[in-house]
Amino acid sequence: MSVTKRFWISLILSLPMLANMILMPFGWMLPGGNWTQLALTTVIMLVSAGPFAQSAWASFKKHHSNMDTLVAIGTMTAYLYSIYAMFTNQAVFFESAAFVTTFVLLGQVFEERMRNNASDAVEKLANLQAKDAEVLRNGDYVKLPLAEVVLNDIVRVKPGEKVPVDGVIVEGSSSVDESMVTGESMPVEKTIDDHVIGATMNSTGTFLLKADKVGEQTMLSQIVDLVKKAQNSHAPIQKLTDKVSDIFVPVVLILAILTFLTWYVFLDASVARALIFAVSVVVIACPCALGLATPTALMVGTGRGAKMGILIKNGEVLEAVNDVKTVIFDKTGTITVGKPQVTDVVGDEAQVLQVAASLEDASEHPLAAAILARAKTAQIKATAVEQFRAIEGKGVAAVINGQTGFVGNDKLLTDFKLDQALTARASQLQNEAKTVVYVGLADRIIGMIAIQDVPKATSKTAIAELKARGLKTVMLTGDNQRVAEAVAAEVGIDEVIADVLPGDKADHVQAFQQTGKVAFVGDGINDAPALTTADVGIAMGSGTDIAIDAGGIVLVKNDLRDVDKALALSRKTFNRIKLNLFWAFIYNILGIPVAAGIFFAIGLTLSPELAGLAMAFSSLSVVTSSVLLNRAKISSKVQTA
Amino acid sequence: MTKLIVLGVGLAIIGFILWWFFGKHQVTSTAAAVTNDRQSVDIEVSGGYSPENVVLKQGVPAVLNFTRKDASTCLDRVVFSDFGINQELPKNQAKAIEIDTSKPGEYEWACGMDMFHGKLIIK
Repeated sequence: MSVTKRFWISLILSLPMLANMILMPFGWMLPGGNWTQLALTTVIMLVSAGPFAQSAWASFKKHHSNMDTLVAIGTMTAYLYSIYAMFTNQAVFFESAAFVTTFVLLGQVFEERMRNNASDAVEKLANLQAKDAEVLRNGDYVKLPLAEVVLNDIVRVKPGEKVPVDGVIVEGSSSVDESMVTGESMPVEKTIDDHVIGATMNSTGTFLLKADKVGEQTMLSQIVDLVKKAQNSHAPIQKLTDKVSDIFVPVVLILAILTFLTWYVFLDASVARALIFAVSVVVIACPCALGLATPTALMVGTGRGAKMGILIKNGEVLEAVNDVKTVIFDKTGTITVGKPQVTDVVGDEAQVLQVAASLEDASEHPLAAAILARAKTAQIKATAVEQFRAIEGKGVAAVINGQTGFVGNDKLLTDFKLDQALTARASQLQNEAKTVVYVGLADRIIGMIAIQDVPKATSKTAIAELKARGLKTVMLTGDNQRVAEAVAAEVGIDEVIADVLPGDKADHVQAFQQTGKVAFVGDGINDAPALTTADVGIAMGSGTDIAIDAGGIVLVKNDLRDVDKALALSRKTFNRIKLNLFWAFIYNILGIPVAAGIFFAIGLTLSPELAGLAMAFSSLSVVTSSVLLNRAKISSKVQTA
Repeated sequence: MTKLIVLGVGLAIIGFILWWFFGKHQVTSTAAAVTNDRQSVDIEVSGGYSPENVVLKQGVPAVLNFTRKDASTCLDRVVFSDFGINQELPKNQAKAIEIDTSKPGEYEWACGMDMFHGKLIIK
């Protein structure tokens, strides 16, 4: 029989006894008196409270005890004593057994509902998955269940459909709503060679994608897996409660017996009064709230993180975040975009880009890629060149439309002279830590192109948010000091450590750990040791799989501002766990002496019914406080547009 | 006189509780039976787990069959925190839980509230 049914039976049968209790002073009595009470309570004891006794007995045989032990002993004592009292014509308290059962079950009904509520984040995530896919097989597109899609399949996605698996677009374009996976609210434009994520929603166009991750390898499956592990992980603070529950129940039973003996033997109370105190002690001590405090908060906190695109891997990370003093960033790919971009074009932009793009068209140099990308956005097409040749250590030259064009670095300046204005501009750009490329045509420099790995648009806000939180920010990079300092100045980072060899990143993290806990934010394979060494490793979701494995927190959106949000959420969750544990402990620590009748002299006592109600309420308040984490405000400390 | 007897009985019960719950008692342990390259263990959930210790062989796909006979909501979920498993256990239904045996070691499982524990040893 379900807990809910047991609760209703117990509630309905308790009501007549409640009426009896309230109306007795007004002269109304339950028809049948004690016999009716006995009958009602017996049904409750058998049907509603029976399972408590069964479970208590089963664990007793294994030398274990649990909250059911306490409920069973409490209610049985009240029930059996009342039968004895009835036949010896003394006051009975059947209603205590009935009410305690009702209240304990009430607590469990709510608790069950809340727990299901708290854990549905994973289910919701898993349900995002598309059910089938249109796959190219033998020249036709056929609908197949998702499980039959294999690597390198060509899959067609129509407007309004979910992208079934992770892949790369090979034909067509569209805008895709990725909010369910990354938390990014704006639809993202996708075209050929762009990567799409399974379970995201295609909105406008039809496209073909080549599956590159299927089954358990897809991003969504990985996220679901991570969240599951995190929700069920243990926070170190919980070790405390692990052992407590095993010791707690027997200790409470002993306390209850001592309570009875003290009242009955030493204080000359009646058997009934002494028993009521003992039963109250047993009932109020149920450690449910203690057991629920950590898991429910962890579940809600990590679930909420997943919805925002912040994956927190386990409870240990949550606890470590609490004392973080320093946040260290990798530069390339974390603070910056990770790809050099053209920032300035000096001279006639169209002409300069035309010459540079034509000459660099075949080159694979990253700087060339930046120039070509800029030419593409300016809609300048490369023209064919002849007599292509390299100028040793200086650049390249070729004939364009009958004139010799050249592109190269500052060593070219030994052959060509710059005018005053250009010289001034060049040194200004270099001071901004930009790489300057000179472009010439027909023996004359016609312009310059400045290239830089620019900071992400959000980096500056992200750093400001962390500083507002009172954290020290540090940038660690293999780049040279000048470039590093220019970037640091632009985004507002406190300290720069440049020229770091890839293998030394972890050592630098360790050095900072001398002064307090450190969070490291990075994305590359070379960041993995530092991510592991740091107390909290935060990996960018776009990063390499190795980095994501090494990090304790993964930012799916790749938005650096999420670092602040992740820290805020972790802190909130951990504080909620501490708050829950505090209340659960306080409640037991204060409740037991009151129930034992220590404050009897000042008129403060707790009947078994009230103890049962208080117990139900404490479990409920702990679970409610956890679920409320979903509503807690995760805000930054700076006001920015 | 009655009070002395009650006192004696009360103290005796306390002694019994101490011995029963805190004394050293043997824990049931079961090694999995391997058949056709698969191994499985049936675990009954009633006032705890029996057996409480399960030994699995490394590298052989393993299944633990949990059957909950106990009405207590305390035991309605089983959690393997190391494997990210949180399985609901409907009453009187066997629920198979697959265990990844690729890494040797000792792993704990527990009920949803972390009050009952079992130990899994992979070697």
